[in-house]
Amino acid sequence: MIHSSLQLPRPGLQSAAGSTSVPLPAAPSPQASGAGRIEISAVSHRFTDTPVLRDITVTLTERRIGIIGANGSGKSTFARLLNGLLVPDRGRVVVDGLDTARDIKAVRRKVGFVFQNPDNQIVFPTVAEDLAFGLKGLGLGRAERAEMVTQMLARFGLEALADQSAHKLSGGQKQLLAIAGVLITKPACVVFDEPTTALDLRNTRHIAGVIAALSETAIVVTHDLDLISGFDRVLVFDAGRIVADDTPARAIAEYLRRMQ
Amino acid sequence: MAAKPNPTLDIVYIALFAALTAALALFPPLTLPVIGVPITAQSMGPMLAGAILGARRGALAMVLVIALVAIGLPILSGGRGGLGVFAGPTVGFLLGWVPAAWVTGLLHELGWRQLTSISSFTHAAVGGIVVLYAIGIPVLAFQAGLTLKAAAVGSMTFIPGDLIKAALTAMIAVSVKRAWPIIRPAAEPSA
Amino acid sequence: MSALAALLRRAPAGAKLAALAIAGTGVMAIADWRVMVDLALLAALAFRLAGCGTDALGRQLRPMLWMLAALFLVQGWLVDWATAALVVARIVTLVLLAALVTLTTPAEAMIATIERLLAPFVRFGVDPGRVGLAFSLALRFIPVIGEEAERVREAQAARGLGHHPLALILPLIVRVLKSAEDVAAAIEARSGHDDPGRAAPSRSVW
Repeated sequence: MIHSSLQLPRPGLQSAAGSTSVPLPAAPSPQASGAGRIEISAVSHRFTDTPVLRDITVTLTERRIGIIGANGSGKSTFARLLNGLLVPDRGRVVVDGLDTARDIKAVRRKVGFVFQNPDNQIVFPTVAEDLAFGLKGLGLGRAERAEMVTQMLARFGLEALADQSAHKLSGGQKQLLAIAGVLITKPACVVFDEPTTALDLRNTRHIAGVIAALSETAIVVTHDLDLISGFDRVLVFDAGRIVADDTPARAIAEYLRRMQ
Repeated sequence: MAAKPNPTLDIVYIALFAALTAALALFPPLTLPVIGVPITAQSMGPMLAGAILGARRGALAMVLVIALVAIGLPILSGGRGGLGVFAGPTVGFLLGWVPAAWVTGLLHELGWRQLTSISSFTHAAVGGIVVLYAIGIPVLAFQAGLTLKAAAVGSMTFIPGDLIKAALTAMIAVSVKRAWPIIRPAAEPSA
Repeated sequence: MSALAALLRRAPAGAKLAALAIAGTGVMAIADWRVMVDLALLAALAFRLAGCGTDALGRQLRPMLWMLAALFLVQGWLVDWATAALVVARIVTLVLLAALVTLTTPAEAMIATIERLLAPFVRFGVDPGRVGLAFSLALRFIPVIGEEAERVREAQAARGLGHHPLALILPLIVRVLKSAEDVAAAIEARSGHDDPGRAAPSRSVW
């Protein structure tokens, strides 16, 4: 049961542009069958007095979904609803039948979250320790955990860095570690919050390749239009509302028009 | 924003303030022209932890700093660390960080609603100087076999520096209260 | 590697800490300054034999050299020179023995020992797992915050504010507080923790 998603081609070998709207073949992961459906119904949310999301209703089922919009448009808040990091003031978010307001633990197992700044996401001093962190609460044996860590290190080409201080990694390596730390718990879906914002072109392409090669569902919030150009569906946020929900080409065109 | 208790966030605050206190050792010490005693930024750690995180989290952050020193990290100013520190004569001024942060934090919580730089300075001075010295001086006297009076006189050279630190802490506490308040004010009968 | 070095490195952290506690109590019973000075020299010798080297010895003692010298003079002047030698030798002995334990025990072994020692306190509400998490987080963020401090210092120097301590510390603290919320969110997102304090999501009270 462990080796579900670990037998993929090594990330990075696959070019980002190579991923079209055809979903990648899903590896038979235990949750893959239930990875399907995130329903957001009539959701509104505000911070103190500022509304950030206004009455949003949308159902997400595609394997690659992009979310774009200006700074402050509400897209990051929206992303945080999807795994229960935020519970909306009004409305409901339901992941495969689980309400984020009630079944928070189960939702978090299903939906992983990669933050913009890997420095805030890596919480243990060394690479291997950090990878092992997500496995702690899962009731696995020590040997089994070590095996999963080793496999994940190999999958991301981090073997040589296992006992290195995470602080010494490059920006690109840190983001890889952050992603690996989420994937190791085998979520069915991963939400990325601006995963390439802090990276140079080369690392951006590498991370794009990693995302393209995932067997898991990926929902990516970004300003990087190339990253989502091959996705199945793209949502455009503006002032707390979804103003376009379409193919990448048309959604990006609408976004660019609004940015004029 | 959310004033709701969040244990994970509390652990993070505690760990980050322990790390911050360690990082303060990296700031170059100021030397006061008249007295000639170097003032290290690090001993602001307990005052800052109390004034910003409050009594409980501030004190726990200092417990963590001391534990990190004990397991051997060279995080005290001058690169000191390890159990050897605890055999030294000034260990009371390290262990005293815990009650110092706690008292500083408690006073800030009690006076949170009407906090001014003056009141914050007083709170920091009571916690970070009065309480700290009340522990540091007897320990110094015991460890070094001095009379209390001799230990107290010897410690007085650090008071001017610590007053400056209390003043800096007050300015920081008031700014942080405005920009990013963390302390939950002590329960008061609502007027 | 000498036999002592091998022994010290292999001994469990708990045993070394216990031995240190016993030694710390034991030296208090010694009243003859000559015995105490001999013990201090023995401790220094043990330091060398354990492979910790003269450098490490210097690093331990140098920061307290002035303190010890002043102490020696004050004691000698106020009490007598035998007491002065006794007190100083006692401090040096304990500092060296303690440093010996620290230098031969990796930090992870110490943390594991602390978690074990805390086990009996579970019934008083102490959670060893949380303590371990706090240690790990601090170890992780000491270099991160150190680097941030350096960056803030450069930025302020570029603006000509280099000497004001407030200009250095305030931005550092605000950054630390801001990242704390992200770090906590990341921990919750990754660990599937649902802590009791947040289980009931009543976010609608604004």
